Amino acid sequence: MRPRRKPAVADTHSEHVQTKYAGLAHQFEDLAQQHDADTLGIWLFLVTEIMFFGGVFAAYAIFRWFYFAAFAGGSHLLDIRLGAINTVVLLGSSLTMALSVRSAQVGNRRALVLFLVLTMILGGAFLGVKAYEYHQKFVEHIVPSLDWAPEGDVLARLAPGGLDHAQLYFFFYFAMTGLHALHMIIGVGLLLWLVLRARKGSFTPDYFAPVEVVGLYWHFVDIVWIFLFPLLYLIGGRY
Amino acid sequence: MSEQIVPVKTYIVVFAGLIGLTLLTTWVAFIDLGAFNTVVALVIAFCKMLLVIFFFMHLRHSGGLVRVVLLAGFFWLALLISLTMTDYRTRSWTPAPDAWSTTAPPTHP
Repeated sequence: MRPRRKPAVADTHSEHVQTKYAGLAHQFEDLAQQHDADTLGIWLFLVTEIMFFGGVFAAYAIFRWFYFAAFAGGSHLLDIRLGAINTVVLLGSSLTMALSVRSAQVGNRRALVLFLVLTMILGGAFLGVKAYEYHQKFVEHIVPSLDWAPEGDVLARLAPGGLDHAQLYFFFYFAMTGLHALHMIIGVGLLLWLVLRARKGSFTPDYFAPVEVVGLYWHFVDIVWIFLFPLLYLIGGRY
Repeated sequence: MSEQIVPVKTYIVVFAGLIGLTLLTTWVAFIDLGAFNTVVALVIAFCKMLLVIFFFMHLRHSGGLVRVVLLAGFFWLALLISLTMTDYRTRSWTPAPDAWSTTAPPTHP
C-alpha cells in the first residue's frame, strides 16, 4: 500500500477542491489516485485488445503452418517497400505521440497541439498508403471473394501453393490489416478530439489523463503493426 | 504527480533504435536462413515491442499493478496460442478411429 500523501480529503465536493483540481472526478481523493485508476483502466482495456488480436494471430499461425507455400506466395505479392515505409511512418507517429504526452506533462500547450496534429498527419499518411495498397489488390484482382481472378505473373506466383489457400492468405491479410486500420481510424478520431480540447487549454501538468490514455492506445496499435509487418510482408523470405 | 518526465533525447534514441530494427528485419528477410527467418523476424518484433512498451508507454515508471495486468494478458495470450498449436500439432499422433457406426463397441470383461 502506498502511504497517503495527505489526510483523506473530507469533502471533495467543496469549492476549494473543485477549483484547485480541475478535472478531478468526485469519487477520487486526489489527482494522483485518479491518474492511477485512469492508467490501470486503459491497460486493462489493452489486455482485452491483446486477446482480441491474439485470436486472429493464433488462427493465422495455424493456417500459415498448414499452407506455408500459399502464404509465402501471397506474401511475395505485397510491396515490401510500402510495408517498411508504413512501419517507419507509424513508429514516427508513436514518437510524436510520446512527445505530445511529454508536452502535456510540462504544460507546453503549443507543443502539445503541434505534436498531436503531427501524430494525426502521420496516422493519416499510414492510412493513405494502406488505401493505395488495397487499391493495388483490386487492380491485381487478388481481393478474396469480392474480386478474385488472379492472372499472368500474379497467377504464376500463387499457383504453386494452390489458389484456394492463396485466397485464404488474402482473407487474413485483409482481416488483420483491416482491423488494424479500423483501430487507426478510431485513433485519429480520438486525436482530433484531443486537439480540440488541448486548444481550449483543458490540459494542465496536473491533469492530462486523456492525452496519456489515448497515447497508450496509439502505442498499442503501433505494436500490433510491429507484428503484422513481419508476419504478412516478410514470410517465406524474399531471397 | 507520480509521472516521471522523460527527456526528449531518450525518446529520440528509442525511435532511432526502432527504425534501426525495422531496417534490420527488412534486410534479414532477403537472406536465406531457412526456418530461422521467422524466428529472427519475431525476435526483432518482440524487441521493438519491448522498446515501445517500456519507453513510449512508460512501463519503466509504472507501478506493480500495471505490470501484473500486462503480464497476465501476455500469459493468457501464450496459453491461447500454445494450447491451440499443441492441439493441431498432436492430432496426427493419435490414429483416427474407424467410423464408429461400423464396428461394435468394445466390450469390457
